[in-house]
Amino acid sequence: METKVEHPRLKELKFTLYRIFRNPSAIIGIILLAAFTLVALFAPHIAPPKYKHRPYMMPHKGYSMEPKAPSQQNFFGTTSGQYDIFYGVVWGTRTAFRIGIIVVLTAFVIGASFGIIAGYYGGWIDEIIMRVVDVFFAVPFTILAMAFVVRFGRGLDQIMIAMVLVVWRRYARVMRAGVLSVRNEDYILAAKSMGVSDIKIMLRHIFPNAVYPVMVIAFMDAGSIVITAAFLSFIGLGAPIGYADWGQMLAMARNYIVGPVGEPLKYWYTIFFPGSAMILFVLAWNLFGDAIRDAFDPKLRRK
Amino acid sequence: MVVVLFGVSVLMFSILMSFSPERRAVAYATSAKQIKEIPILVAKYGLDDPYHIQYIRWITQIFKGNFGYSTVASSPTLDAIIKYLPTTIELNLFSMPIIITLGIWLGTIAGIHRDTFIDHTTRIAAIVGWSLPTFLFALILLMIFYSQFQLFPPEVISDHIDDFISDNPDKFIQYTGMYVIDGLLNRNFEVVADALKHLVLPVVTQVTVVIAILVRVMRSSMLEEISKDYVITAKAKGVDINTIHQKHVKKNALLPAITISGWLVCLSIEGSVTVEFIFNRAGLGLLLVKAATQLDIPVVLAISLLLGLIYVVANLIIDVLYAVIDPRIRLN
Repeated sequence: METKVEHPRLKELKFTLYRIFRNPSAIIGIILLAAFTLVALFAPHIAPPKYKHRPYMMPHKGYSMEPKAPSQQNFFGTTSGQYDIFYGVVWGTRTAFRIGIIVVLTAFVIGASFGIIAGYYGGWIDEIIMRVVDVFFAVPFTILAMAFVVRFGRGLDQIMIAMVLVVWRRYARVMRAGVLSVRNEDYILAAKSMGVSDIKIMLRHIFPNAVYPVMVIAFMDAGSIVITAAFLSFIGLGAPIGYADWGQMLAMARNYIVGPVGEPLKYWYTIFFPGSAMILFVLAWNLFGDAIRDAFDPKLRRK
Repeated sequence: MVVVLFGVSVLMFSILMSFSPERRAVAYATSAKQIKEIPILVAKYGLDDPYHIQYIRWITQIFKGNFGYSTVASSPTLDAIIKYLPTTIELNLFSMPIIITLGIWLGTIAGIHRDTFIDHTTRIAAIVGWSLPTFLFALILLMIFYSQFQLFPPEVISDHIDDFISDNPDKFIQYTGMYVIDGLLNRNFEVVADALKHLVLPVVTQVTVVIAILVRVMRSSMLEEISKDYVITAKAKGVDINTIHQKHVKKNALLPAITISGWLVCLSIEGSVTVEFIFNRAGLGLLLVKAATQLDIPVVLAISLLLGLIYVVANLIIDVLYAVIDPRIRLN
């Protein structure tokens, strides 16, 4: 009788997937994320752009400041300035994904590189890099991001750069801790004694073994980064007027949270649709991130 | 600690230095008149000199209390900060005790009653609180409690009270700038009631945003402590289960909660910015947002420096507190 022996990596991967799909909140998170991904991918079909060359600008009919209730033409109604809320929510999904993914990936590359270098070489290099990280940690996220935005000026790209300049600090710290825990393992010493180059050791041997904690917080961060970006857009530092961005749409609705006398909640739809989209998007990332953590954390996964 | 503060000042100075000498001269001005005479300022503070010489000059000015002139507040930056600070302190004076007591209590009972209804409710509330953008939550609260029920208005104080205070400087003395405390000191309870009414929604928002992380940490550290050997020993000896939980487990479980208090300070600072902006409360956060949107460089840099200082000092206090509470650390 021949028993089939699975490759250990495949076995672990299967177990990880089993862990993720056993967790009901993870399934909700994945379904939500999948739904948002589909909306983002098929945005041109769900809400055909009016201006072909700049699809991110929300179409608007007229300039009346008063929002209009949901109707046949505008499923979700229109917000202040007659911008179509449905269009904004659909294309805003793309904006949200773009901000979350680009900021997290860029910050991940920067932070992880500094973390590996600091942890691997140690000594004065480590000391300098980690002191710089401490300095960046001394000012809260939003405030430091605002200070950078003041330097770069307003705009969506500018707030993304500003956020990358802040977010990398956490990845650097966590990556370094991971590197320190594997740096003196026998396989690293073996590779060194065989004369493998430092760069190859860092990329091939240390990185894969130290990267999981950083990946987990990166997943968890995507949601909070979208919130911060939305807040920066909300206060008027991010997306320009008319750009399909949830934060900016909420800013447009801000003056309409108090309706006319007798109908205090008349303009509920101006907050409800972009707001719900944002909450569900962030919730999706957080649930997904939570599941990833439970599945990858060696202390928790076999419980 | 000093190194970090020095680093923060260098970081802020570098942001300042990336502007042209004409634009960064504002950070040295002391009055509106000087703003109009930019070339004189550039010459006076030698804004074309090398980096390190300028840094020394700039930091000397900072230590003298000159943070530049704020165009948003149309006053020197330091005066503006002093004027706006009490509102922010007042908000946190009310929200902090609630966050700490309620957060520890909720975390403790969630940990003791693991996998029960209470536990699930607090967990779901925590993850929703974590996912809910602060500014959106504040907007929804305003919509329900201000627009629909007309209960709790935004801003710091009602207009008629504000008029009364500015018209009667002899009857109502502003000791601190915080309306609740000033009202109590002046025995004017109308002012106290009005100020409290304006504080309800901001405090609720602040608590909801900050508390989630404390509940989560407290719960997991309770779970960890409860499964330790000394608990089993105490149980075997027949100690009352409530005594074990409250006297033994909770005390040990508090240690990790203290470690994250630096994070709580950080979240409170960020929360204050959002809350003050949405509820239109004239605090440091509102000043910061206004300054950032109008690119008022001196204010943004000064507030970032100040918050860096607060954060570093808070962490120092936490370290000391940690040693006071945990004898194992003290004895090492």
